[in-house]
Amino acid sequence: MNAPAFADDMQLLNGNHAVAWGVRLAGPDVAPLYPITPQTPILEKLVEFQSSGAFQAELLTPESEHSAMAAAIAASATGARVFTATSSQGLLLMHELLHFASGARTPIVMFNVNRTPASPWGFWPDQIDSLSQRDTGWVQLYSENPQDSLDSVIQAFRIAEATNLPVMINHDAFYVSHSVEPVSLPSPEAVTDFLPRQARDIQLGDGSGRSLGAPIDQASWNRTRRDLDEAMKTVEQFAIDASQVWEKQTGRASAPLEFYRYHDAEIVFVTMGSMCGTAREAIDRLRTSGIKAGLLKVRLFRPLPNEALRDALRGAQHAIVLDRNYSPGTGGVLHQELRSVLFGTKDPPRLHGYLAGVGGLSVPVERLEALATEVRDTVPAANSLWLE
Amino acid sequence: MEKIEYTDEGQFFSGHVACAGCVEALSMRVILNTLGKDTVGVVAPSCSAVILGGHPMSAAKIPVLHGTLESAAASASGVKRALKAQGRDDTTVLCLAGDGGTYDIGLQALSSAAERNEDILYVCFDNEGYMNTGGQKSSSTPRNAATGSTPFGKTTRKKNLIEILAAHRIPYIATVSPSHLNDMAAKIAKAQTIEGTKVVIVLIPCLPGWGVADNDAVATARLGVESGVFPLFEIEDGVRYTMTKSDKSDAINGYLKKQKRYRHLTEADRADLQAEVDETWSRLLAQAETTV
Repeated sequence: MNAPAFADDMQLLNGNHAVAWGVRLAGPDVAPLYPITPQTPILEKLVEFQSSGAFQAELLTPESEHSAMAAAIAASATGARVFTATSSQGLLLMHELLHFASGARTPIVMFNVNRTPASPWGFWPDQIDSLSQRDTGWVQLYSENPQDSLDSVIQAFRIAEATNLPVMINHDAFYVSHSVEPVSLPSPEAVTDFLPRQARDIQLGDGSGRSLGAPIDQASWNRTRRDLDEAMKTVEQFAIDASQVWEKQTGRASAPLEFYRYHDAEIVFVTMGSMCGTAREAIDRLRTSGIKAGLLKVRLFRPLPNEALRDALRGAQHAIVLDRNYSPGTGGVLHQELRSVLFGTKDPPRLHGYLAGVGGLSVPVERLEALATEVRDTVPAANSLWLE
Repeated sequence: MEKIEYTDEGQFFSGHVACAGCVEALSMRVILNTLGKDTVGVVAPSCSAVILGGHPMSAAKIPVLHGTLESAAASASGVKRALKAQGRDDTTVLCLAGDGGTYDIGLQALSSAAERNEDILYVCFDNEGYMNTGGQKSSSTPRNAATGSTPFGKTTRKKNLIEILAAHRIPYIATVSPSHLNDMAAKIAKAQTIEGTKVVIVLIPCLPGWGVADNDAVATARLGVESGVFPLFEIEDGVRYTMTKSDKSDAINGYLKKQKRYRHLTEADRADLQAEVDETWSRLLAQAETTV
């Protein structure tokens, strides 16, 4: 059901190759890249595109993700369009520079393949790598499937350049990164129209002699965060606009929040990434059994669409949050966020938080089906529960 | 004593915030004036970043990106590639970093930029320690020098970064000193004409960090050069060595006596340091002679 019927503009692509196609169409000027499993196919595909002459970006291959992000920031500061990609350890190595990129207001687009962080070593789908970067000032999008990843890359450049904020798109290791599905490729002209080149207000080396990032006083530093806050507040609307324009061009919407069989749902699953596909299947089965279940897919996680989430969850009796991540001492990150969103609202749904598929464990459709029945007679625990 | 032939091009302003008597500011002035207007700078957290001053003022006329400590060479690579992609490949990209940001935390990024032979000019102001944080040892701190983290003197040698860089076979490496400003300007001008990674290491006697009198930094640097502690030379393509000065005095005592960081030395310590300098100098001369 996730994969559409095959059509002429489609290719069979895995999630990572869909990302590379999105990047090729968006046409960044510079792409610093460092390999890491399971991101590497993005790098390899971009190199292949460049070697064939189909992709013109300056490719840098530095010695670490830290240097890749440093180069990305510096390149973006000159006004160039910049892309990079990483995963897990690489993203975590970049941590210092993630703060730096948003502070410098560099509209970099980065693709992160969600993977378990060590220790112990693992290469499995788990979103704690990017969720633990939620305070770094990056817009975060979560993709469900290869088509979603391609569309999100292109939309991300539009959102980034409209707000001067860096955007990180995430998809799950292997479940999305290496799963092959039919993917519709937009025409290069459509993408060029969607992503017009615009000069930025401040560009390093633009002749003005202005320096970037020099030490400033307390009040000025404070001002930068207020500016960042203002910019963050505009992201949701830019994301909605991007989705609407994209839908007109391609017929595919990808809004900050997406809904499946939702309007009359009494029991709703709230989740991000590839888990949405499992939830859709479970919902279809539940509906067949007469249970009014639905899906609320959180595609835009940072900034979290607080008001839209409140509106969406008003009326549901039970909300089951499926977190494919574990924040030690907290539980599921999305569960925590939704508790915060719903706190103080009138008649909120009962919020059941489950740590589902942490470390890449498979979560069977049947388990979610059973869960929907179980929660109806359950008082939600204060903490997130491990899904058994 | 050489006569300094120098015309100020106005690329470095007064009102910078270096310590009075600091030769890093002097060196920065010569370097920026030599490189000219079509230059973009990347500066690592260091005395340089402080000297340039706080936003919105800047002592440099060129635009400067203030980057992170460990990534100066990577940032400079990013600027260069982005300018190239935008049709501005002629612009010189200048990296300014201290020895902490070069010998220590920035070495990985510098090595990678050198391996890729990125077209950047990397200038390291080497004051042989973390002087901007109050004077702690770096891997550039010489043996026996006292710092905040080696109060009884460092027990190991100064890292030979130049040999490490030479092993990368980058097109140009040079050492320069604020006591020899014509040479500094000439080497910077030469580096600017070369495509690929260029690294210039500038000896900076640090007034508070080394315990040098406010009016004595240039004289201290001169003694460092003349005694062979800091030889002036160039390495092209990692193998062709050229001595800028091929003679040295045999006494480093004059150099050591200028600095409080060495005042605890015994005669034996001084003899050890002299032996280390002599050995390094001989190796260097041998390499230069092999080149000829």
